[in-house]
Amino acid sequence: MDSIILRTATRLLYPLLILLSLVVLYRGHNLPGGGFIGGLVAAAAVMLRALAVGWSGIRASKLLNPIMLMQYGLLIACLSSLVGLAASGVFFDAVWLPTWYLPILGKVKLGTPITFDIGVYMVVLGFVLLCAKSLDLNNK
Amino acid sequence: MILPLILCSLLLGALVPLFLKKGAGVVGNCLVILPALLSFVLLGKAGVPAIQSGQKLQWTHSWVPAWGLDIDLHLNGLGLMMASLILGIGTLIITYALGYMAGKEGRMRLCSLLYFFMFAMTGVVLSNHLIVLFIFWELTSISSYLLIGFDHEKASARRSALQALVVTGLGGLALLAGLILLNLMTDSWLISDLLVGGHELGTHPLYLGCLVLVLLGAFTKSAQFPFYFWLPNAMAAPTPVSAYLHSATMVKAGIFLMLLMQPILGGTLAWSLSLMLAGALTMAIALAYGLRQADLKKILAATTLAVLGILTFLIGVDSERSILAALVFLFGHALYKAALFMTAGSVDHGTGTRDIRLLAGLRRSMPMTAAAAGLAALSMMGLPLLFGFLGKEYAYKSVVDHPWYWIAILVLGNAVMMVLAARAGVSPYFGKVQAKTPKPAHEMGGLMTSGPILLGVLGLILGCFPAWVSPLISFAYNGIVAGSDPYTLKLWHGVNLPLILSGVTFAVGFSLMKLLKPAASGAQVNSSTLGDSVYEAVFKSVLLIARWSTKSLQTGRLRSYMIIILVSSCGIILWKLVRFGGWPSFDGIGEINPFITILLVAMTIAALFAVFSTSRLTAVVSLGVVGYGVSMIYAKYSAPDLAITQVLVETLTVVLFAWVVRRLPEYRKLSSDFERFMDIGLSLIMGGVMTVLMLKSQGLLFGDRVSETLTQMSYPEGHGANVVNVILVDFRALDTFGEVCVLVVAALGVWALVEKVKTKKEK
Repeated sequence: MDSIILRTATRLLYPLLILLSLVVLYRGHNLPGGGFIGGLVAAAAVMLRALAVGWSGIRASKLLNPIMLMQYGLLIACLSSLVGLAASGVFFDAVWLPTWYLPILGKVKLGTPITFDIGVYMVVLGFVLLCAKSLDLNNK
Repeated sequence: MILPLILCSLLLGALVPLFLKKGAGVVGNCLVILPALLSFVLLGKAGVPAIQSGQKLQWTHSWVPAWGLDIDLHLNGLGLMMASLILGIGTLIITYALGYMAGKEGRMRLCSLLYFFMFAMTGVVLSNHLIVLFIFWELTSISSYLLIGFDHEKASARRSALQALVVTGLGGLALLAGLILLNLMTDSWLISDLLVGGHELGTHPLYLGCLVLVLLGAFTKSAQFPFYFWLPNAMAAPTPVSAYLHSATMVKAGIFLMLLMQPILGGTLAWSLSLMLAGALTMAIALAYGLRQADLKKILAATTLAVLGILTFLIGVDSERSILAALVFLFGHALYKAALFMTAGSVDHGTGTRDIRLLAGLRRSMPMTAAAAGLAALSMMGLPLLFGFLGKEYAYKSVVDHPWYWIAILVLGNAVMMVLAARAGVSPYFGKVQAKTPKPAHEMGGLMTSGPILLGVLGLILGCFPAWVSPLISFAYNGIVAGSDPYTLKLWHGVNLPLILSGVTFAVGFSLMKLLKPAASGAQVNSSTLGDSVYEAVFKSVLLIARWSTKSLQTGRLRSYMIIILVSSCGIILWKLVRFGGWPSFDGIGEINPFITILLVAMTIAALFAVFSTSRLTAVVSLGVVGYGVSMIYAKYSAPDLAITQVLVETLTVVLFAWVVRRLPEYRKLSSDFERFMDIGLSLIMGGVMTVLMLKSQGLLFGDRVSETLTQMSYPEGHGANVVNVILVDFRALDTFGEVCVLVVAALGVWALVEKVKTKKEK
């Protein structure tokens, strides 16, 4: 599909959507959202871009290699499970850092559930991208 | 602390070779040998004084306290004897392997695997917890699989490796069940507790089941009838492996287990009968098999089987004397058989063949090897002044006051063993020099001759001065027969029945040597066994069943997959509902919301549209309507996370569809009218069952509501106000992790399928 309107709009929308996905990921612990939903939003963003400029247009960014995304996502999720094991001897036990205060974000709480969610985000994104890329038979 | 240190040193030994190149020089060789030597010395320095002074070496590390599962290691007399054999012979084997594989690919891999096996085997004899014992037991099976299949480019090696794994693995599972039964009967996991005794197990209702299962484990490992067939096949492994695993150590694991269990499970008719029967049968089959063989390693494998049979038989005799005899026999066998296997490997290396019909007069070209083989073979024949003699004497001594046919079995077995010992250890080295070997014979280097020579000479020294080794055997004896006095082995017991029986054995053995000639040169040797063909038939039929069930389940049609999934889930729910009883009530429904009603009507119409539409695009869009409708219901009943997810998934599905729509085949009716009729019926039943389930669960009130607890705990415990997310990433994070893994596997599946289609099209 080659449409100049879509291409121009995507240039603007793509970073916004990715940002939105990250916001959804971050706020998930207290408000609707989380890694699964964030990953789906990000996947939708990438697919939109792929519709506009084709997979070859976004292949350049190594970050979006689906296999890499999935393997590192799994690794991060797995590592977050081990932090609890090391800290308190209980597998998957949540470990939280003390709360910080940052200018725009306000109260920031970081802990293994958040890193685990980041892993989920990456795996979901990788999953959709791999399916989409495989099913897009124009993509060689 | 010394016990885990020994195990760690062996694990280190498995790692070291991986960092070395195959051409490693003297320093490299020393580095590889060092961990084995170190653990042997550690065992001697710490273990012997500890046992002597009567104190117990023990080490416990809590593993899964909730199940009483600790990594519990201990050292008793039996463990000390086994461990010194494993580590001592292991050190020599590693040295030998370095020479055997010199300059070959995979030299360091072999050493690493041998160390891994040594680790597992030492773990078996050191573990005090039954489950830990089982884990090490299985590790020996796995490492044996890797070692037998070392030449993995050969189909026969792969087959033998798999066979050994399947047989010993199944036995291992039986053993696990047996150990669990043992725990049920005695309420203890610790071997040291079980050995204290006081458990009258013989009359327990679970006893017979436990005995059968434990013996299945021991018999498969020690290749006893009817599982003897894997051992000759395991000779596909490189010779150091055969020398170590399949003569000196791993196959002794089953013997070790029987010795260990003798005070616990022994003392009954069932125990004696099954052990003696299996032992005698194994010995008979093995010797008949061995006499037909011409391959050095196969002959040695047959004698190993026979010795394992004799050991099982002796343990089955189940008297204090017979246990002592088994220990002496076991010790002697480990010494001479490892040496014989190593010399067989040297002969193979030096001449290029293992066929005894081509080998003769090697004593000139391979003097060291010939000397080692000669000493070992004489020990195996049981000639006086060699350690093998003692083993035989003690064996006879333990059966003299038993029925005559028990004695006859042992005498005949030992006599035939003499023939085989002569064929494997004497005839290749004496007689006229033959020039028929593929390579001109030449002597091996120091790495390959030192081990066999050392073991051979040790057999001679200890045979002359048995008192030097008797503490070791006495400790082991003490470990099994509690409260027994220290025992000193003696060479000369005076002229008695056992000595006369030895004389008879020699007479029979020498006349058999004259009578039985090895198969004529050039004749085809049949080296398969009956057990092997039975195994093959069973294995093939399992594959056939697997193929049939796969074929009938994996039809490749979406319809049949859907039917299987729906019918089975429907069946499970129905079964549960019927068991629960009672009709669903409509009480918990509450008021009917007009918005939801309109939504439901719209969704129903859309679903019907999807069913009857003749265009794929219409069908997909209609299904989309249903999906968005569901997400609106979620939103209405305050489940925003679900609603968002549903919307996103619907959207992405449509986009994905848009990508492939033009490539899909023509939209056709694949099912006949009858099939469609059936499908409608199934859908209606499924829908009805789900409705009943929903109504039913509405009306039920459980005492402790999980959802409320989770909601309350969410913020204080999980630091999050969004309870759905807290459940996903904290409370039930393990579930989520599992789901994420499933996603990855599914994605790889999609990828592989589509890529295959793509490459096919390109061709």
